[in-house]
Amino acid sequence: MSPGHYLALSAILFTIGAVGVLVRRNAIVVFMCVELMLNATNLAFVTFARQHGNLDGQIIAFFVMVVAAAEVVVGLAIIMTIFRTRRSSSVDDANLLKY
Amino acid sequence: MTAQVIAGQALAARVADAQPGEGFIFWALAIVSTLAALGMIFMRRAVHSALLLAVVMLSLAALYAVQGAPFLAFVQVIVYTGAVLMLFLFVLMLVGVSSTDSLVETIRGQRLWAAIGAVGFLALLGAGLGNAALGDSAGLKKANEEYGGNVEGLAALLFGKYVFAFEATSALLITAALGAMVLAHRERTTPKDTQRDLSVRRFKSGEHPGPLPGPGTYARHNAVDMPALLPDGTPSELSVNPVIAARTDTASRHADLYGESERDALAEDVAAVRAITGEVHDADAEQRSVKAGTPASGGAASGGASEGEAGQ
Repeated sequence: MSPGHYLALSAILFTIGAVGVLVRRNAIVVFMCVELMLNATNLAFVTFARQHGNLDGQIIAFFVMVVAAAEVVVGLAIIMTIFRTRRSSSVDDANLLKY
Repeated sequence: MTAQVIAGQALAARVADAQPGEGFIFWALAIVSTLAALGMIFMRRAVHSALLLAVVMLSLAALYAVQGAPFLAFVQVIVYTGAVLMLFLFVLMLVGVSSTDSLVETIRGQRLWAAIGAVGFLALLGAGLGNAALGDSAGLKKANEEYGGNVEGLAALLFGKYVFAFEATSALLITAALGAMVLAHRERTTPKDTQRDLSVRRFKSGEHPGPLPGPGTYARHNAVDMPALLPDGTPSELSVNPVIAARTDTASRHADLYGESERDALAEDVAAVRAITGEVHDADAEQRSVKAGTPASGGAASGGASEGEAGQ
């Protein structure tokens, strides 16, 4: 399997994640789609690490995972806080900053 | 046309450390992960999306392992599938499992434009990928063997070249943990209920305030559907599981214990308890009806009286 195949899969998964972020309205599902996009980029990083024959790409993928974990913790805490006050996890309902 | 040719060349590039059976693994996992990702954005229930995301993540972990990144494959399984996704499921359970998205579009044409944008974006990425001169893959064999293995090589990089980024990551993690604690914390607006408040509320509600009679009180049998006998000998339905009590009558259970009928069995028990508590054995024990109400009113009072007699 050439790197091109892995990169194509990575592009497809990234696009699906982006569509999910655009289309879905449950904040948790939107968040899961962001995770899917991060995973797709990780696949690209690992593929490029193999392409270049050094481990730097894997290190970057590792850092992406760490940042994603931190992001999930804070993001889900925010979603919980919004849900507690508004009894809803839809991104359409949280429009208080609009006006 | 030329772009297609170049894309074909990019896909046909040789890989130095091709794994045996990599083609089959790649195509199987690529199909599974793409279908799962598509299902993830089309499922209405958030829980189904989360489970399909787990499928995608596990497929990617296998692809990492195939591509010479065993450490990342395990981190993917442990951190992503194990921790992050479980956190997602936890929050989903808190928010409510049955929460579904409404299918009404709030922005007109949002889905259509999202689909058009996706196709355009994918075409852009594909064109970029096709035009890139990827060339032959170097393979990770040499890099992995430089320090004696993938994990050792990653450690050498992480604590050497990238040590500052690694330290910054620790600060990020601590900040995230503190932030989550601050965000999840809720100030109490009303004082916490004391034991006294709880007790007052229990008596005000008008229900039986004390604990229910235990099945061991003057118990003559250890079957769960046999009621405890109160000090005056009457059986208390309250000591039986309400499901069992609602399904049958006490007197119609355990016909096989003593005597001809279940009433004989109950009468025998009642007589035995009376004998222990010092009350005179009255032959009309079977006239006593089974006490299904609260023992607080009649049962406890008469029980106290019989105990008093026993004391004298």
